[in-house]
Amino acid sequence: MNNQSIFEAYPRNDASLLIPLLQNIQTEFGYLPEDQLEKVAEHIGIPLSRVYGVATFYNQFRLKPLGKYVIRVCRGTACHVKGSLDILRILESELGIKAGETTKDFMFSIETVACIGACSIAPVIVINDEYFGGLTPKSIQKLIKKFKDKG
Amino acid sequence: MNITINNIEVWANPGETVLEVAEREGIRIPTLCYLKGFSPTGSCRMCMVEVEDQGRLVPSCAFPVYDGMKVKTNSPEVRRARKTIIELLLANHPQDCLVCIRNGNCDLQSLAAEYGVRSYRYVGQRRKGKLDLASPAIERDPEKCILCGRCVRVCHEMQNVGAIDLINRGFNSTVAPAMDRSLNTVACVYCGQCIVHCPVGALREKSDQKRVWEAINNTDKLVVAQIAPAVRVAIGEEFGLQPGEIVTGKIVAALRRMGVDTVFDTNFAADLTIMEEANELIERITLQKTLPMITSCSPGWVKYLEHFYPDLMDHLSTCKSPHEMEGAMIKSYYARKMGINPEKIFVVSVMPCIAKKFEAQRPELGKEFQDVDAVITTRELARMIRVAGLDFSRLPDEGFDDPLGESTGAGAIFGVAGGVMEAALRTAHYMMTGKDMPVIDFSPIRGLQGVKESTVEINGIKLKIAAVSGLKNIDVLLKDIQAGKSEYHFIEVMACPNGCINGGGQPLPSTPEKIQKRTEAIYKIDKGLPKRCSHHNQSIQKLYQEFLEKPGSHTAHDLLHTHYIRRNRY
Repeated sequence: MNNQSIFEAYPRNDASLLIPLLQNIQTEFGYLPEDQLEKVAEHIGIPLSRVYGVATFYNQFRLKPLGKYVIRVCRGTACHVKGSLDILRILESELGIKAGETTKDFMFSIETVACIGACSIAPVIVINDEYFGGLTPKSIQKLIKKFKDKG
Repeated sequence: MNITINNIEVWANPGETVLEVAEREGIRIPTLCYLKGFSPTGSCRMCMVEVEDQGRLVPSCAFPVYDGMKVKTNSPEVRRARKTIIELLLANHPQDCLVCIRNGNCDLQSLAAEYGVRSYRYVGQRRKGKLDLASPAIERDPEKCILCGRCVRVCHEMQNVGAIDLINRGFNSTVAPAMDRSLNTVACVYCGQCIVHCPVGALREKSDQKRVWEAINNTDKLVVAQIAPAVRVAIGEEFGLQPGEIVTGKIVAALRRMGVDTVFDTNFAADLTIMEEANELIERITLQKTLPMITSCSPGWVKYLEHFYPDLMDHLSTCKSPHEMEGAMIKSYYARKMGINPEKIFVVSVMPCIAKKFEAQRPELGKEFQDVDAVITTRELARMIRVAGLDFSRLPDEGFDDPLGESTGAGAIFGVAGGVMEAALRTAHYMMTGKDMPVIDFSPIRGLQGVKESTVEINGIKLKIAAVSGLKNIDVLLKDIQAGKSEYHFIEVMACPNGCINGGGQPLPSTPEKIQKRTEAIYKIDKGLPKRCSHHNQSIQKLYQEFLEKPGSHTAHDLLHTHYIRRNRY
């Protein structure tokens, strides 16, 4: 991956560029690898502890890579009423991970989101960029099996 | 302008905060996160006061005064709010005061007592944290942390190290090194200023008390103690004596009563350091070697350079720090003189310093055996004196043992920032001219500023010198050296602001008034001694005659000098 170019776009020793730089790295890698955090600290001239502090403060930053399939389970009000908690529990037990975690084979990650604005098809989940609505305990199991088989 | 505090009209400067005015007027407002001289964060909310027309309580540490302002610092509402804050802090605290190192000297505990907290009113989930005991110098207990952030600000803004920061957010917030690693795996220099500024017991020194007691109780070991210059003007505070009271003789008496066999003085080795360091400076100047030469007695500073400026390691004096020199002389010269097997000697250094604990373990400091076996801080010695049942203030004054106990005023001033420089100049002058300086006191590098500079002319050579304390202050000078722009010949650096008298191992709390008093006491010791230049120390002269030959000799290099190690920044 050509991350040299990411840094080239940012002048050195400007601490105000910390967040945009981290965002850019996350876009490139999908998460913030440790060695990249060191490069950031070195590039903008602040201690690594501060880079890490900021990276762990904001929810948008991840320090571990996500799975090939990122499953976002909507836990908004409408989905909640339509049983999204059951959907989440089934996903968690099917994949053997909790929300916020990634499977050991890096195939699946589960995240919860507040509302994705698709209340009419609640309960809804998003796998990568694809929406799946009107889910039932049965259909979610089928859906996951399909993705598992696909690999 | 005028403002009213608790119905009393007081005068205030524009730009001042309510807290600053109240402090000046002798009105106490409790604080936890407030750090004098640093920008306020207002995060702990302890300093809340009532300001008329504000409609809510405001943090006085961050609230600027305005003309005609009416403040109440102690209304029932303020008291209730403060008490609730304390109770909430306690709800997320281990509540193990009885077994805490800060029991009896903790800001949170004192405030709980002051505000009459009589029960744990809030009970809920508590933040979990892992103990970090891996470093040889500093231990972290994140569960005790109240997130005031003082350690973080000191580490970043005063010391420019940035080994720790606030990580995560909300309930999971904690103070930790990058990647939540242990302190010993990051570029922490172990200055211990985080401990000095911690209001609770979340940060503490790694204690060596047990090992020292074991050595004392081991009849096979000859326990030799030595005391650093700054300890004798501070430890009295632990026993209710006035700050700056000189209690050298009582410390010696206490150590003997504790069972220490021989008590020597690190001031002796400070004189020895000066002989070697002045000689090294002259050699570097005359042979046109690497300049400026920078002092190496502050182990926090040495580690800082190794981590952050490893390309400048050649600038560091090769001299070991005084207590390491003392240890090396005890286990060679003294052992030989007394016919003792050096393996049986256990050297204990009593130091105002946290970093010395790390330094003593550096593998390059000692050949067959370490120069120093254990380092205890001023605070640890005070604890040992207490548990030994000694009434410190009533102890008689006793003298050091010979021959490594004699010292001059030059050795004494190692305890203050600028002291090593001044002591070295006294002897360098003698070595270069054969005469003592006409005026021994060298005032341009005295005082409590972070950077002090001057020029001295010796034998037609204009020496440009600087004394720097507080690591933040050294960066500009180091960048100049890197850029080849430095005009200095000799720079003294002390990691802790104002030097060892304000070291990480000194009695707590360390206030500006106490630092001032300790500093004055150090200069008083210097002034009161018959000999004030290291080269006049007769035991030092004898040491060279009998053993080391001359400064910079082969034996001296073997035992009194060292080398440094490149360390990573990350």
